[in-house]
Amino acid sequence: MRRTVFIAGLAAALVLGTLGFGAGQKSHVANAQEKMSTMEVKIDNFSFGPVTLTVPVGTTVTWVNRDDIPHTVVSTDDSKTFKSKVLDTDEKFSFTFSKAGTYPYFCSIHPKMTGKVIVQ
Amino acid sequence: MSEKKKDELLNDHNHDGVDRRGFLKCMAWAGTGAFCVMKGGVLNSYSLSRISEISTPDMMGELSFVQISDSHMGFNKPANPDVAGTLKAAVDKINGLSAAPEFMLHTGDISHLSKPEEFDTVDQILKSATPKDVFYVPGEHDVLNDDGKQFLERYGKGSKGAGWYSFEKKGVHFLGLVNVMNLKAGGLGTLGHDQLEWLEDDVKHLKHSTPIVVFAHIPLWSVYPEWGWGTDDSAQALAYLKKFGSVTVLNGHIHQTMQKVEGNVTFHTAASTAFPQPAPGKADSPGPMKVPAEQLKSVLGITDVNYIQGKHALAVVDSSLA
Repeated sequence: MRRTVFIAGLAAALVLGTLGFGAGQKSHVANAQEKMSTMEVKIDNFSFGPVTLTVPVGTTVTWVNRDDIPHTVVSTDDSKTFKSKVLDTDEKFSFTFSKAGTYPYFCSIHPKMTGKVIVQ
Repeated sequence: MSEKKKDELLNDHNHDGVDRRGFLKCMAWAGTGAFCVMKGGVLNSYSLSRISEISTPDMMGELSFVQISDSHMGFNKPANPDVAGTLKAAVDKINGLSAAPEFMLHTGDISHLSKPEEFDTVDQILKSATPKDVFYVPGEHDVLNDDGKQFLERYGKGSKGAGWYSFEKKGVHFLGLVNVMNLKAGGLGTLGHDQLEWLEDDVKHLKHSTPIVVFAHIPLWSVYPEWGWGTDDSAQALAYLKKFGSVTVLNGHIHQTMQKVEGNVTFHTAASTAFPQPAPGKADSPGPMKVPAEQLKSVLGITDVNYIQGKHALAVVDSSLA
């Protein structure tokens, strides 16, 4: 009986772990579950969603343009860390963040559109 | 879509006999296709349907040109799946004007994605327009991926920096400005130090009575900063033009006609030949605005400009494609 309960408990923990509380959360069953290593930012209606995204080091962030107008993703930090080409509707741009830090960015075509990736 | 006349002047500051109140009243008609002709400092307005009655060279003035804008060649979403077709309709409209314009200004966003074939298509379509000379300034869609190199190669001969230049026609001084380069995050359009220095120098020796026409893509006045509809250093540019009795500023970018008069300066934005955009604040974002297919041509258009030598403000008239 105990063993069944133990296995059920472990299974529940695994299920809860994989549901994912958010990319930044460190899970206690990290060995057993798949780490969330890709996050998506949706571009729509002249805005980035979410505007601020917090991710762990090593995450690949993919921006997808769902707007009916082209946009770009260009970082505004001193070292100009990333810069996409022009993304038309449904086109994507990915960048893997290997260093912790705060990475503000904007759309170089519509400079009022800004966003931020915080890497912890 | 004409702007409320917040800045209507009631006095004739310049004592030049120009009836500015009448001019503003006339400008309010412009969106529906009225035609204002300045003759002897007095404004007369006519509806476009009477255009054949007044098309004598005397009444039509001495300089006539057309502004088109925002052709966005390559755009193919529901707001307009055939931007080549509507550009052709704009050319037909231009060719139908009774006083053939001498040349055209294109205030940018010629292409949608800065692709060579998009520029080629626009060049091809404009070849069938009666006015053979076209003067271009880039929109932000024309300088993607290559910092504007392709735009300069195609349209920037004789220009300075990112593609600014000036020229004269029948005593009117034209200034083509570029305010879509080096845009900063969270910012508006920008002219930049080098271009402003050039501008100051370029107009320094002109007589105050020289009519000035400035054309640039993003509006040079603060239409709606929340949507990036303005230029952060345009005040400096306008300061260099303060001495002139007549300054006309022609812009695009916002895909709707809007006008404003401030002292000697008349600001005017043109409709797009591709798709309309919402009025400031009337939608979540300034993206392409869908209208019923049968209404599309009525929200796209061209701008016809006439100037009578020796007089002041230019007559600026918008007409839709349908």
